Amino acid sequence: MTEAALPEPRRRRAPELLDASVAILSVLAALALWELISRAGVISERDLPAMSTTFDALWSLVQTGDFWIAVLQTVRGWALGLGIAFALAVPIGIALGSNDFAAAAFRVPIEFLRPIPSAALIPVLFLTLGTNLSSELFLATFGAFWPLLVQTMYGVRDVDPITMDTARSFRLGGLERLYRVTLPSALPYVFTGVRISSTVSLILAFTAELFMGTPGLGHATNTAYSFGILDQEYAYAVATGLLGVAIHFAVSRAEHRVLRWHASQRRTAAL
Amino acid sequence: MSPRLYRGAKVAAEIAVPIAMLAGWQLWAVSADDPKFPRPTTILVEFRRLWLFSEFGTHVLPSLERIGIGFAIAVVLGIALGIPLGLSRIGRTAAMPHIEYWRAIPPPALLPISIVLLHSIGNVQKVSFIAFFCLFPVLLNTIDGVRGIEPTLVDTARSYRIPAHERIRRIVLPAALPQIVAGMRNSLSLAVIMMVLSEYFSSTSGIGYVLLNSKNTFQFLPMWAAIVLIGLLGYVLNLAFLLFERRALGWHRGWRATAPA
Repeated sequence: MTEAALPEPRRRRAPELLDASVAILSVLAALALWELISRAGVISERDLPAMSTTFDALWSLVQTGDFWIAVLQTVRGWALGLGIAFALAVPIGIALGSNDFAAAAFRVPIEFLRPIPSAALIPVLFLTLGTNLSSELFLATFGAFWPLLVQTMYGVRDVDPITMDTARSFRLGGLERLYRVTLPSALPYVFTGVRISSTVSLILAFTAELFMGTPGLGHATNTAYSFGILDQEYAYAVATGLLGVAIHFAVSRAEHRVLRWHASQRRTAAL
Repeated sequence: MSPRLYRGAKVAAEIAVPIAMLAGWQLWAVSADDPKFPRPTTILVEFRRLWLFSEFGTHVLPSLERIGIGFAIAVVLGIALGIPLGLSRIGRTAAMPHIEYWRAIPPPALLPISIVLLHSIGNVQKVSFIAFFCLFPVLLNTIDGVRGIEPTLVDTARSYRIPAHERIRRIVLPAALPQIVAGMRNSLSLAVIMMVLSEYFSSTSGIGYVLLNSKNTFQFLPMWAAIVLIGLLGYVLNLAFLLFERRALGWHRGWRATAPA
């Protein structure tokens, strides 16, 4: 038998500072390496513009309104895709998770639809909804729906039966049990789903823009590529990556806030 | 309802619902009579005509080859990089910003760049693209798996003076394997997606190319046949991997089953 885990002693400040400087140095080294490879001609500047050239291009882009409109369009695709998927997947997941019969009935269709790469649907959307926001949203929603659905189902199924029985013996009604027992205990699972689906939704919003030409960062990237404006192409890729990192951090923070009370959040994993 | 009856009804529903959905699709397609949405039965006939096996060699094999090579490179690199990073805290601290960045970037953002950088729209570019993005699930899971090893195990081996490479082969790798395999499974489904994306953007062969080409020429039947094939491919690869996993981790499952909870 193990003893109850003692709270870890607070880590001292000094190693944290060291960690931060190692991380920053490593990023700077990589950027310097990029500059060097391009300037020294290891990879020709016609294929890989130098880091400074790329950030120059990014800097001029950042000063244009069009760039920010493109960013907002991509963010809109991500947010709406994730939001719609959430609104659909969580109720359906609760229904399927709490009802054995329904879960069995829809098991095969779910298992079959889930692994379909959403990208395979692009041609169909092209020909039906056309190259506009609704196509982008459909794609992002379709992709984001499945992880959320499956996570919610698992979460609901994992509710502690004793807690549920206790709530029942206290004569808590169905709605109240849902609100006080099922939802809180399923929430960590749902949030894992949100984290996965958030990434998927961003990828698919960008994919729709790149392949179908709905306006946004993806479309801008494709335009720069088609016209052979290399430094802009790289600048857009850098910007897209930074957007991805920003969204990832925002969602992790939100998870941490919402699940503050939950054991998994008490000791944040180091990496 | 008696428990047996209930179980029977459940199995019946499990079979009936998918059939009903397929039938509904068929009926809808018949009544809509829209060339964009052919009947499932017609798609099935087209599926057989294309993939069994007249176009199998020209388009399915290249795609499978790209998935296979890309996935293999990702697994080897992911484990080879993940073990040292898992063992070294400073290495991890230095590598993590890069891993976080490349993992967060939407992969299609690098499609045009990969073409420019590698001067290729053939296998070199497709395989590199697939391998690059399949690397991260394996890498991160390897790092986590190695970090999660019971320190006493490694310390014991060290005190017996077991050399480092033996320690890695006999202790670190087996202990991290369950998690590495979990990462591999994520990578494999990712590989199918990356294959479609890379072939949908400048290519001359592959399932993604058929998808793109039939859309551009308004040939709806091959387009649907390609979509069904991609779905099936994802499903079958996942299933095959589960079988492999059961074999590769058989010892682990058995051990877990007998271990006291």
